[in-house]
Amino acid sequence: MIEMTINNIKVKAEEGMTILDAAKSVGIHIPTLCHMKDLFPTGACRICVVEVEGMRGLTPSCAYPVMEGMKVDTNSVRVRTARKTIVELLVENHPQDCLVCVRNKNCELQDLAERYNLREHRFVGEKKDHAIDVSSASMERDPAKCILCGRCVRTCGDIQKIGAIDFTNRGFKSNVTTPFNKGLNVSDCILCGQCILVCPTAALREKSHSKDVMNAIRDKKKYVVAQIAPAVRASIGEEYNLPLGTNATGQLVTGLRRLGFKKVFDTNFAADLTIIEEATELINRVTKAGDLPMFTSCCPGWVKYIEQNRPQLLKHVSSCKSPHEMEGAVLKTYYAKKMGINPKDIYVVSVMPCTVKKFESSRPELSEEHMADVDAVLTTRELVRMFKMAGIDFNDLPEDEFDNPLGESTGAAAIFGTSGGVMEAALRTAYAKISGKELENVEFQEVRGMDGIKSATIPINGLDVNIAVVNGIGNIGSILDEIERGESKYHFIEVMACPGGCINGGGQPIHSKPEKLKKRVQTLYDIDSKMKTRKSHENESVQKLYREFFGEPNGHVAHEILHTHYCDRKKILEHS
Amino acid sequence: MENRIFEHYTPKDRSNLIALLQDVQEAYGYLPEGQLKAIAEYVGIPLSTVYGVATFYNQFRLTPLGKNVIRVCRGTACHVKNSANILTALETELGVKAGQTTRDKLFTLETVACIGACSIAPVVNINEEYYGRITVKEIPKILNKYKKEEAKPKVEQEVSAE
Ligand code: SF4
Ligand code: SF4
Ligand code: SF4
Ligand code: FES
Ligand code: FES
Repeated sequence: MIEMTINNIKVKAEEGMTILDAAKSVGIHIPTLCHMKDLFPTGACRICVVEVEGMRGLTPSCAYPVMEGMKVDTNSVRVRTARKTIVELLVENHPQDCLVCVRNKNCELQDLAERYNLREHRFVGEKKDHAIDVSSASMERDPAKCILCGRCVRTCGDIQKIGAIDFTNRGFKSNVTTPFNKGLNVSDCILCGQCILVCPTAALREKSHSKDVMNAIRDKKKYVVAQIAPAVRASIGEEYNLPLGTNATGQLVTGLRRLGFKKVFDTNFAADLTIIEEATELINRVTKAGDLPMFTSCCPGWVKYIEQNRPQLLKHVSSCKSPHEMEGAVLKTYYAKKMGINPKDIYVVSVMPCTVKKFESSRPELSEEHMADVDAVLTTRELVRMFKMAGIDFNDLPEDEFDNPLGESTGAAAIFGTSGGVMEAALRTAYAKISGKELENVEFQEVRGMDGIKSATIPINGLDVNIAVVNGIGNIGSILDEIERGESKYHFIEVMACPGGCINGGGQPIHSKPEKLKKRVQTLYDIDSKMKTRKSHENESVQKLYREFFGEPNGHVAHEILHTHYCDRKKILEHS
Repeated sequence: MENRIFEHYTPKDRSNLIALLQDVQEAYGYLPEGQLKAIAEYVGIPLSTVYGVATFYNQFRLTPLGKNVIRVCRGTACHVKNSANILTALETELGVKAGQTTRDKLFTLETVACIGACSIAPVVNINEEYYGRITVKEIPKILNKYKKEEAKPKVEQEVSAE
């Protein structure tokens, strides 16, 4: 323990702690921009400077460790002036179009301008001028709004290990951008949106589909339906100051109905369907000497990654469409027929925690007879904005139930939204299919939690099934190398591009409450444990769907409608 | 060509990046896009990082130089003698901004700090030639000289690009 004072307050700090963390421990706020928890400090922005007695210049508190007897002042005139000047310079080189900005009222630059009491423009000068990159189907980059904190660069490079964007040029021309400034769609980007979650401003944001959706709803000829991904219900409450981890399923259904959706379905229904198809595919590969290991395919960020980087391994990826695409496909075939609706009139909107799913829904492979399975994808954040505009007060909404038959689901589907969830759900069903027996304890603790790679051996009927769960695309490298060397021992591997899984998807609410991920995960596991049925194959509506329409899992009709194929994007990128 | 350049360096070693960029630029006169991709692959780092480094240092260029390189001095003495007007005139005449090359690849326009010829400021340097006390009026005539030279028929050596 180290004794020191901050603003004359006695502080007991741990050795190795930064001044920033020591100050926080006694309730003293120091602003930060470039600082990222758990990553090495870069000291780039200097907004966190403090005065340390005996040191000549100001000290960046995020990068400087505490020392015995240190006397720190975080609020001297010098400190305040320095910080204010930094903010003023950032603001003057910024478009300042807050009133029409998607991050209005949720922007760190705005917060700083307010905190340091900016009341005049002191440094008016030339502003940087960059075109907005709208090239990708999921995201927009607006470098004019970039304050060069570098958080996206580090998230993309150090955490996701993609490195699609980096600092280029220098001085006034400094810019965070893609190689040759060519646009995200021809970069290594997988559109996971993790960079959006860390961006302090609106320099990174999703490409909005909300206008398309509003227009479709207004169109009398269209039969507009919504589906909700598992992870959205566990996070949307945060936007309304509900306690972290509030399960807001019932309000979500009501809210969507009030927005004008004819029906509100649950992507969890299709998650159960995915498990039936995927578990069957796995068993077939294992028993018929197919390509192993088999990878899950429900994360389009992961699919895009392997298409771009290791197309030679695509045969290891399950051919199953992702759950919301399956839901869309079933809606435009089975459901349309059953209800006597022309499938061309059905407009499927997916409410997702995910930015890549926008790109995914535009893939030509994911359509039936030239109709896209899913017509539009809204992120959690976009839905919140739509509720706001429509005057829907979320907190006061009564609860409602999903429409059927595509609204029924089991506990296995609920946990799809968290890393390890798809694996756990698949194991519950694979176990029953292989052994003919039902599991006593359906919970697989081995695949839960936040580790980067989780692995286990599950004995099923004398067969040792080796499984792995890759939590965050940054952890995939060694697993793929092993397969290429022919040394992989695994049968089945789940991959989620976002650290933590979809609960931490790039379309989720933006804020930095540290406990959010754990709480969202817990919500999903709670939903699961409270369900009557916790195994996908016990979903009665899914069973009925097979009886009435698909026949056998992995059968001919299922293959046509529920499965897909992939493409070699490495070649495409090389030539762009 | 790249293999001969690359083989001097151990693959997957980040510390080789700058040296490799220098060698490639030496060989091509600039850094062609395909070569930057090859370097990224060889060194084992993202293309964005390679591009970032290549744009950070002034010594690297990402476009080939034009046949004639025009350098407008932006040093203090020349500035006082209105070198800004000279630059603007050249930019207008050539239809490019400083740092760019004309479409016909005949001229590259650049700015430099003091060339060391302050006594004849403002100064423009084209290839080996220095033009002192230059005025806006003279510019078209000077440029024409280089254009005419180009028009003369002669055996030409192609600069290899990529
Ligand atoms: S979306 Fe993901 S891959 Fe693309 S730049 Fe952002 S963090 Fe990188
Ligand atoms: S785009 Fe956003 S996160 Fe990235 S450097 Fe700019 S301000 Fe920071
Ligand atoms: S982990 Fe989930 S939110 Fe993230 S890219 Fe994959 S599907 Fe989207
Ligand atoms: S937050 Fe400390 S230097 Fe940027
Ligand atoms: S300032 Fe132009 S030559 Fe010295």
